[in-house]
Amino acid sequence: MSERLILSTRKGLFDLRRSGANQWRVAEKHFLGSPVSISLRDPRDGALYAALNLGHFGCKLHRSDDDGATWTEINAPSYAGVEGDNPPVLKMIWSLEAGGADQPGWLWCGTIPGGLFISKDRGDSWELVRSLWDQPSRPNWFGGGFDEAGIHSISVDPRDSKRVVIAVSIAGVWETADAGASWALLGHGMRAEYVPPETAGDPLNQDVHRLVRCAAAPDYYWVQHHNGMFRSTNGPDAFSEITGVKPSAFGFGVAVHPKDPRTAWFVPAVKDEFRYPVDGQLVVTRTRDGGATFDVLRNGLPQSEAYHLVYRHGLDVDESGDLLAFGSTTGGLWTTENGGDEWVCVSQDLPPINALRFV
Amino acid sequence: MPILVCTRHLANIGPCEPVEFDGGDVRAVLDAAAKDHPRLKSYVLDDHGVLRKHVVIFIDGVMQKRAGVLDAPLLQGSEVCVFQALSGG
Repeated sequence: MSERLILSTRKGLFDLRRSGANQWRVAEKHFLGSPVSISLRDPRDGALYAALNLGHFGCKLHRSDDDGATWTEINAPSYAGVEGDNPPVLKMIWSLEAGGADQPGWLWCGTIPGGLFISKDRGDSWELVRSLWDQPSRPNWFGGGFDEAGIHSISVDPRDSKRVVIAVSIAGVWETADAGASWALLGHGMRAEYVPPETAGDPLNQDVHRLVRCAAAPDYYWVQHHNGMFRSTNGPDAFSEITGVKPSAFGFGVAVHPKDPRTAWFVPAVKDEFRYPVDGQLVVTRTRDGGATFDVLRNGLPQSEAYHLVYRHGLDVDESGDLLAFGSTTGGLWTTENGGDEWVCVSQDLPPINALRFV
Repeated sequence: MPILVCTRHLANIGPCEPVEFDGGDVRAVLDAAAKDHPRLKSYVLDDHGVLRKHVVIFIDGVMQKRAGVLDAPLLQGSEVCVFQALSGG
């Protein structure tokens, strides 16, 4: 069971350690007061990365090679030299993932306004993945909640590090089989309610809020989408909608059990223009049968006047599949050590939580 | 030479006390300052070398319009002040 949890918040990076059953304490704080959009601890070399979004002064990236004792600002991805009618400017580092075990030093970085970057030297330098940026369809990508499109999900295939699947708000699901040299638009089977019906099935129109895949069954994917929940048991191009889920099929985050692909968790909210827990009751929904049925998990979660929203990177499950955590836009943090049957509030006083993950 | 001073929000990034740098315009002064403060330009300018939307520059106490500010000519002793624009929150 994981003993460490890092939170990327509106007011800094918080490093929490498990101090007992469902007990977590803030062990370290970094960049206190500065917005952290995403963070990563590279499992290959232990390096910590924190992406800051400083507002006035732009997006910055920092790395620690001593587990947070000291930090060095490294180069952030840049759109320098990329032309256009409105030359693109880095607005947010939205996703950051390590390459495969056989790709030491490789990092993938998804950004707003829609560019994917790769580093092969632990973030010292970055290169825009032009094969994706130059896709003829890219001028038609559009923003979901932001002015411009953004890449929020990056999943490296554990069987073949050259195969990487990404998801874009809003431009659907893409896969490369050759480490980014070429890309295919996939994601068939999803539908979009916010475009004319005749284009609802266009894979480019899909606003995937979050895409995850099962570590033990890498062809099994779960998606929380702007207007529903989808699942594929056969790769990233064969999705089916999960319908009838109560209290809501709207949300941002999804987590899949690392060993059992049929088990996944969501944190629902009232769709889509309101975005608060249904009836002010914070719940997690869990399926253990591939989406046929769902449990509504309430134990330990506030069931009255609770208005927490959980962002797409705000829900995570550890390698055991029993330990989960989610953090909210109003600074609430909950954990469970039995797959969601019982939750314990770690804090309701943290800054707004943009992202969290077990490390 | 012109003088450059930055908001304390840029502590450890640029000079927060007045420092002379050679240059005939704001761009040249920033270029000169970058030798001592290598991260400064990435905080003040965007990916394309344009003044960031929520950064404002004063010359001798006068707020400059964004358009053309980097090419604004400087006199010997001109003071260039870099601040965060409150429009950015």
